[in-house]
Amino acid sequence: MKPPAFAYHDPQTVEEACQLMSTLDNARLLAGGQSMMPMLNMRFVMPDHLVDLGRVSALSAIEERPGALRIGAMTRQRDLEYSPLVRARCPLLADAIQWVGHRQTRNRGTIGGSLCQLDPSAELPSVCAALDATLTVQSARGTRTLAFADFPAGYMTPSIEPDELLTHVELPDWPAGHGHGFVEFARRHGDYAVVLAAALLAVDAAGRITRASVTLGGIGPAPVRVGAVEQALVGQVASATLFRGATEACRSIEAMEDVHAPASYRQQLAVVMSRRALEAALASIGSPASSTGAAAH
Amino acid sequence: MSAIIDPSRPGDSLIGASIPRLEDDALITGRGRFVDDIHMPGLLQAAFVRSPHAHAAIRSIDASAALALPGVHAVYTYEDFKPHFATDRLVVGLPSSHYKQDHNRQVLAADEAVHVGEPVAIVLADSRYIAEDAATLVEVDFDPLPAVSDCRAALAADAPLVHRESPHNLLAEFDMKYGEAERVFAEAKHVFRESFWQHRGGSHSIECRGCVARHDALEDRTTLWTSTQMPHAAMRVICEILGLHENQIRVATPDVGGGFGPKLVTYPEEICVTLAARLYGRPVKWIEDRREHFIATTQERDQYWDTEVAVGDDGRVLGIRGSIVHDHGAYTARGINLAHNSAENVPLGYEIPHYAMNVKVALTNKVPVTPVRGAGHPQGTFVMERLLDRVARELKLDRAEVRRRNMIPPEKMPYRTQLKARGGQWVTLDSGDFPACFAEALQRADWDGFPARQAKARAEGRYLGIGLSNFVKGTGRGPFESVTVRIGPSGKVHVYAGAAAMGQGTRTMLSQVVAEQLGRDLSNVTVTTGDTAATAMGLGGSNSRQTVVAGSSAHVAAQNVRAKVLKVAAVLLKTTEAELEIVGNEVVVNGQPSRRIELGAVSRSLVGTAGYSLPAGVTAGLEATEQVLIDDMAFSSGSAVVELEVDPETGGVQIHRLVFVHDAGRMINPMVIDGQLAGGIAHGIGNALFEWMGYDENAQPVTTNLGEYLLVTSTEMPRMELHHRESPTPGNPLGVKGVGECGVIPMTPAIMSAIEDALSPFGVRINQTPITPAQLYALIENGTKGTPA
Amino acid sequence: MDSTLSRAIALKVNGKAVQATVDVRHTLADFLRHQLELTGTHLGCEHGVCGACTVLVDGRSTRGCLMLAVQANGREVTTVEGIAAADGALHPLQQAFMDLHGLQCGFCTPGMLTTLVELLNDNPDPSEAEVRVAISGNLCRCTGYQAIVDATLAAAKSMRGAAVAGSTR
Repeated sequence: MKPPAFAYHDPQTVEEACQLMSTLDNARLLAGGQSMMPMLNMRFVMPDHLVDLGRVSALSAIEERPGALRIGAMTRQRDLEYSPLVRARCPLLADAIQWVGHRQTRNRGTIGGSLCQLDPSAELPSVCAALDATLTVQSARGTRTLAFADFPAGYMTPSIEPDELLTHVELPDWPAGHGHGFVEFARRHGDYAVVLAAALLAVDAAGRITRASVTLGGIGPAPVRVGAVEQALVGQVASATLFRGATEACRSIEAMEDVHAPASYRQQLAVVMSRRALEAALASIGSPASSTGAAAH
Repeated sequence: MSAIIDPSRPGDSLIGASIPRLEDDALITGRGRFVDDIHMPGLLQAAFVRSPHAHAAIRSIDASAALALPGVHAVYTYEDFKPHFATDRLVVGLPSSHYKQDHNRQVLAADEAVHVGEPVAIVLADSRYIAEDAATLVEVDFDPLPAVSDCRAALAADAPLVHRESPHNLLAEFDMKYGEAERVFAEAKHVFRESFWQHRGGSHSIECRGCVARHDALEDRTTLWTSTQMPHAAMRVICEILGLHENQIRVATPDVGGGFGPKLVTYPEEICVTLAARLYGRPVKWIEDRREHFIATTQERDQYWDTEVAVGDDGRVLGIRGSIVHDHGAYTARGINLAHNSAENVPLGYEIPHYAMNVKVALTNKVPVTPVRGAGHPQGTFVMERLLDRVARELKLDRAEVRRRNMIPPEKMPYRTQLKARGGQWVTLDSGDFPACFAEALQRADWDGFPARQAKARAEGRYLGIGLSNFVKGTGRGPFESVTVRIGPSGKVHVYAGAAAMGQGTRTMLSQVVAEQLGRDLSNVTVTTGDTAATAMGLGGSNSRQTVVAGSSAHVAAQNVRAKVLKVAAVLLKTTEAELEIVGNEVVVNGQPSRRIELGAVSRSLVGTAGYSLPAGVTAGLEATEQVLIDDMAFSSGSAVVELEVDPETGGVQIHRLVFVHDAGRMINPMVIDGQLAGGIAHGIGNALFEWMGYDENAQPVTTNLGEYLLVTSTEMPRMELHHRESPTPGNPLGVKGVGECGVIPMTPAIMSAIEDALSPFGVRINQTPITPAQLYALIENGTKGTPA
Repeated sequence: MDSTLSRAIALKVNGKAVQATVDVRHTLADFLRHQLELTGTHLGCEHGVCGACTVLVDGRSTRGCLMLAVQANGREVTTVEGIAAADGALHPLQQAFMDLHGLQCGFCTPGMLTTLVELLNDNPDPSEAEVRVAISGNLCRCTGYQAIVDATLAAAKSMRGAAVAGSTR
């Protein structure tokens, strides 16, 4: 299990990287390497060129923007985990990052790498879906932004051209004191989820839900925003009973099936995880980022 | 903390002391020497071309493109090797009269490949990277043939043939029975029937296999360093296949990064690497990668059981009968011992008057099946304990009470069962107090207090369950292990053992046993294991045997050397043997510390000086070699209680508490015994809840990486409460029993028992292992839809 | 020399400056093992699951099979060979692993130790649960993890004791 032969490039700037990607044939980007390197070692990918973004320092900043947090694509997951800014401005991400892989993989793995890998069971794509993130993509041809909802083109396939690279993710703010919950069911701690759920809630003084976001990972080919549940919640007074009724809609989501879990089981988990995420979100209202319930058995 | 042994204090025994291991210093500082750490000038790296098909004919092989790649030195196929073979099959199956056909592995597939991963060619290159590049360029023209995946389907009359030329897929069949099961079942008041699927996966030592061969043309001798549990067996097989004699092949084991069973097998790769090094004239290394480990290292897999138990109103078992279909894989890489162990283990811990089990061993197009830690015994225990749970449920008895009524009482020890071991000897349980051990486990786990805990949790909507299992495991399989103890002219005590170390602390164990007789200074002892040049005979590591058989030989050899030391020293010091004690590296006259002689001086007095007699009329040299013969097994036993919680909405299981009371006889090093048990328990939890080696209907493996094949990690493990009882066995001079496999044995039944208990409102019944959350949820859902029991 | 196929790199390994030319496809683990002959770093799966190859890169635990050697250019790498004190005194974790039987075959041990060195740097007083989470990316087939967890807690305690003793001196 050794990587195949390839030519290695380590540009220092985004422009250089874009230039390389626009000129090289069969080139692949290397971000944190926590998915790409296993695929190389197993020779599931056989690039002629590997363009390593590890030395493009401009891509690893966490910045406050008006109404949003802007995160460079090469920001290490560990830096998100330990960032007070993330905890304060985007507690859902702070909740979710605890579930991402292991210490060693978070030390190297990046947010951009995870998003472009786009594993439907991974945590970070679902966080972006839940938050209506905006992605910035650059190439030698120019820069474009797209909503995360438009990012997945299919199973583990982002809508990025071969010459493009993801540079930044913008995570829009939710109102201060909003509720946030992230839960997942995984076979073991640190595994990809079987099914995960991310929930955001904003409520008014009377406890009425003014805004809701419910996202499921691991059930469809890409993160699923469950509009039916969100609509059923808005305008209602938040309660366990409300959540229990509303989340039943998740059972009708078309679900993936594999040797490890049939579709009906994923649908059951979708119902349970979305409900538990909402309960965690409700419990967190008014408090800063909290660790949410551990659902890995 | 560990005990401090003062070698000058006669009463301070090394036996029973939790001494930090002698192996550890190198291993914690990165100075271990595992097989991949061996480097030498001119070393070439090997990669194998393997069959991607579960069954295929091989029409032709073209290595020209691979050979043209810069850095590639050679590609060898079966045809290239053939002229150098005395025989081309690895004949390694344990003897048995039950075989219906022989299917011994090929060194390389000649014209038919019968499982995914079977080696077809070996590539030698400057680096492993280049070797892997080249392996993809070797063009093998495969003609796929129908494959058999399921061992039950293999036995159907119209099943495809695993080997083209075989008459059928039944490798072996036998009955294990005693008493009059037929009569008892006809007359019994209650008969309950259960069917089980039991699965165990791979061993997955964190170090995969690997070997390095270097041929010395000057001495016409090839040394193979290989990560094996059985170096002497490897040497014999290599000599047989290559037509060489014992002085032409040396097999030595470096540090071995875990074995757990599959490394006891001699593999085609070891033959190929040895032969390639001899043919090409440069040293060759092959290091198995994890993907190869999934497809080319032997595994345990599937057993399907149909069983019945006959009981009286009092819950006393009258008889058990049934049948097993056992997945053997495509070749015989060890024998039919696994299936034998499973069938033999069922009635072992209880008084079962009548027993009849039919066993069919079926060929499949999968990598061969050989023992993994536990070696078939966990499956037998699972069946027995699941049947007892059924009996308890049907007769409305406490699960613990049913067991108490059937256990072998201590006053019947030694207890001769009506079973025969694979070598034909009667199976006799040597010692132990099973009911007391069981009672201790129940008491420590507060079995009687559980209903209150369960009721309290249920009131909160939580589903707690408690489960239990007893087990008995034969350990220390003979007939012997060979150990030499020698005091050199330097005064150092050298131990050479046919035992093979694979991480379990064998060196420490042997040092403790030998030093106990020879001065109690562990720093004065060196141990060499697993080297055919150091020990002529050896059986190696398997069946939790090394402390029993190698420990016993080491003990007696050290006693013999001690006697000689004292006899010679008495002459040299002009006193009597009774007045002497060995302290550290000296022999001292009791009460007269100035009268002393170093062990080295005693040794030098026996190496001989030309023309002078040896002192004391003794034989030359200060050494003894022993092969203490032990035919009967030493039976370890124990009881496990598991308390856990099931999330009925997800099928997730979390173990809250685990109590394990174990009896391994006299303990040499309790800390090491705890470690052995704990590792086995973790393996058993994996077998209950995580590990599944999946194949599709075409016998293509579907779990070939550690993201799909799940090993237990630290976060899934509960804290283990380990306790010991010591019932010394009369079967060996140390009174010891084996422990390496024991932790694993009772875990699957204890966990399933607890899950059923937790989910009793849903009427969940579990007749399989492992069980996944998805499968468990399906059972819960069925219970929810139906009428809760 | 084509700089896209092989590269000259300079880095620090266990405190010593190292210069080497590496094939760009070689992993950091293979470079350490085969080029620098630091064979304490072990390869158990080469797909980033088992954790046996864990080393510290700029103090952060890193899977050596999931990083290219060329990426270590300019970095500081610490392997199991480098965690004892310069005078050879064992790291408290190493000592505790020995005292409490935190290892059996020793193959996963280097990755366990490097990961735990980082944990105790980050968090000198971890709970048992935090220790378990920290090593959840390190597979061990021998120990059932319990003795590793116990050794870590003991090492943390002794390190805190030493730190207190040092600060009050």
